[in-house]
Amino acid sequence: MERTAIRRRLTWQVGTVTEVRDETASARTVVLEVPDWPGHLPGQHLDVRLTAEDGYRASRSYSIASAWTGTTIELTVEQVPDGEVSPYLVDVLKVGDPLEVRGPVGGWFVWKPEQEGPIQLIGGGSGVVPLMAMLRAHAANESTQQARLLYSVRKPASVIYVHDLKEVAASEDVEITFAYTREAPPGETRPPARVDAELLKSVTFPPEDQPTVYVCGPTPFVETVADLLVEAGHDPARVRTERFGPTGGPR
Amino acid sequence: MSTVSPGFTGRRRSGDDLPPGQYLTHDFPVLSAGPTPHIQPEHWEFTVANEAGETIRWDWKAFTSLPSEKITKDLHCVTRWSKLGTEWRGVSLDVLLADVETAADFVMVHSYGGYTTNLPLEDLLDGQAWVAYEYDGEPLHPEHGGPARLLVPHLYLWKSAKWVRGMILSDTEDLGFWETAGYHEYGDPWKEQRYAGD
Repeated sequence: MERTAIRRRLTWQVGTVTEVRDETASARTVVLEVPDWPGHLPGQHLDVRLTAEDGYRASRSYSIASAWTGTTIELTVEQVPDGEVSPYLVDVLKVGDPLEVRGPVGGWFVWKPEQEGPIQLIGGGSGVVPLMAMLRAHAANESTQQARLLYSVRKPASVIYVHDLKEVAASEDVEITFAYTREAPPGETRPPARVDAELLKSVTFPPEDQPTVYVCGPTPFVETVADLLVEAGHDPARVRTERFGPTGGPR
Repeated sequence: MSTVSPGFTGRRRSGDDLPPGQYLTHDFPVLSAGPTPHIQPEHWEFTVANEAGETIRWDWKAFTSLPSEKITKDLHCVTRWSKLGTEWRGVSLDVLLADVETAADFVMVHSYGGYTTNLPLEDLLDGQAWVAYEYDGEPLHPEHGGPARLLVPHLYLWKSAKWVRGMILSDTEDLGFWETAGYHEYGDPWKEQRYAGD
């Protein structure tokens, strides 16, 4: 777990919403122009701060969905039922509105173009967001490292970045597999099921290829997948995880 | 500086009893940088090394035979959730460090799986820190750091290292895993010391 990172002070900056795009019925991409954005690594996140008329504030962290392209950044937010910040970002925020952000944050769940070895991305639901940033950076850098994404999603309508994923999958260095857990599209040979050892074995890089593995999603998903990877022989030190949401397991 | 978010009213989920920027949760989220290590108690040990390299060692049986305390504490995670009144059983660091000869000011905590975090020694003493092995009256689950985790509730929760295996005392302050990845070297939730430089 050795690495170096930049240590500098982060300050709140006011971004302006330049575009919003619905990705699914519950997820939306927000495009922000942030004049002093210092750049970021794919996989990093930022904090968003909302302020009500009376001064009340609420902040949450969101993964950055875009590769770094100057002062424009994209966030993709999945609406959390009963959430405080995500419903505003998904339903209320509009083009022209200000949005305070602070970042980028995180020096572990990141992909660096100079990294050696294949990249294995495994996402569950909106856990695909930081992985998309990595795929976009992979394309922007014209990286020839082999990259694979296994994207576990409930049903075809829940897929975030349908078109962007098609675009990056056109590269001969990138392979994308969808694992549908509730409802599969017509013609899908695998019946709806969660990611299991057999699927991992058939569509992800084997341990002997020494991939760096990035797993992001709801806690129970990440816990299960990370355990399966270690059981399959992957070095735990090369499996990087980012978990979110309720545990679903023992408290 | 204040930028009003048009149309945002908020849910007033934070309260006076929470540090700034935190919200209350009743769940117990899990955040870890890698796969959960599954350490059997019979393979577990805890060591304390002073700055001269002199090491004290406990296996599971010896460790759980030490005087322990029931503690009820609020937890504050840098990802902004807080959970109040959590109940633990653990061994106070005052007990574990009682026979350690040291003039060191700093500690590097080491975990199974390779995680590290740094703390000033004084933050581990005087009833401020424990190595906890029960949560809610049950053996601590691996997802939450079992068999045993450090518990330093007055700092952000990343300082309370899961799967703890030992600590090394030092005259100099080195930085641990999240502290070298952009997070604050101390992490006081009441001063909102989330990121480097806060």
